[in-house]
Amino acid sequence: MSKSVLIVSRQAPWAGPGAREALDIALAGGAFDLPLGLLFLDDGVFQLAPAQQPAALQQKDLAANLQALPMFGVGALYASARSLQERGLQEATLGLPVEVLDDASLTALFDRYDQVITL
Amino acid sequence: MKFAIALFSPPHAPSSRRALRFAQAALDEGHEIVRLFLYQEGVHSASSHVVSPQDELNLTQEWQTFVSDNQLDGVVCIAAALRRGVLDGDEARRYSRDGANLQEPWSLSGLGQLHEAVQVADRLVSFGGA
Repeated sequence: MSKSVLIVSRQAPWAGPGAREALDIALAGGAFDLPLGLLFLDDGVFQLAPAQQPAALQQKDLAANLQALPMFGVGALYASARSLQERGLQEATLGLPVEVLDDASLTALFDRYDQVITL
Repeated sequence: MKFAIALFSPPHAPSSRRALRFAQAALDEGHEIVRLFLYQEGVHSASSHVVSPQDELNLTQEWQTFVSDNQLDGVVCIAAALRRGVLDGDEARRYSRDGANLQEPWSLSGLGQLHEAVQVADRLVSFGGA
């Protein structure tokens, strides 16, 4: 049986290639049909913010790539409730359907996966 | 135990030194390293163009010797490497760049190599992540 991998994405989409590179790990693993989860934590939750205008920063739109996750077989998407709340983001407005988890549930989430990669 | 080791930080970061020391200790203790994988700023540790001051640790050289002497599978993510100017001969020609700076025995490949290593190894140990 394949080992499960939780990818923890902690970078804001405008903070350099970190967010995209975390996503690329998820998409690559999805292509191999691996059991993957993707958790948006800390500034990583900004990737889920609605109405982003990356063109203003001459950046590509990460949101379009995020939408591809379910197509690549990565359906286990999570976000930290605390991270969202600290940054003034509302679950109902997020750009991707994610399961919002409180701190206790995050601990359980980390326990559930065999391996964790944090970027 | 079989380890996969991933490195995300630049050569001058303390976590990169720790990654090398961990890898050395793992082999010293009789463990196996199934693959070293360089990603994000970690790709610079495979560059031959890093010049350390003479009285400072030359980490890229140490990595090169370590990977070579122990015949390890040292893989550098190709997309992350291209973005940061770490190219082998093929990529330098493909993109018409003047020189190749990927040190042998490191090789460029895709993220699938990271996933495969994670599946084969008992433990993935990452250094320099966010």
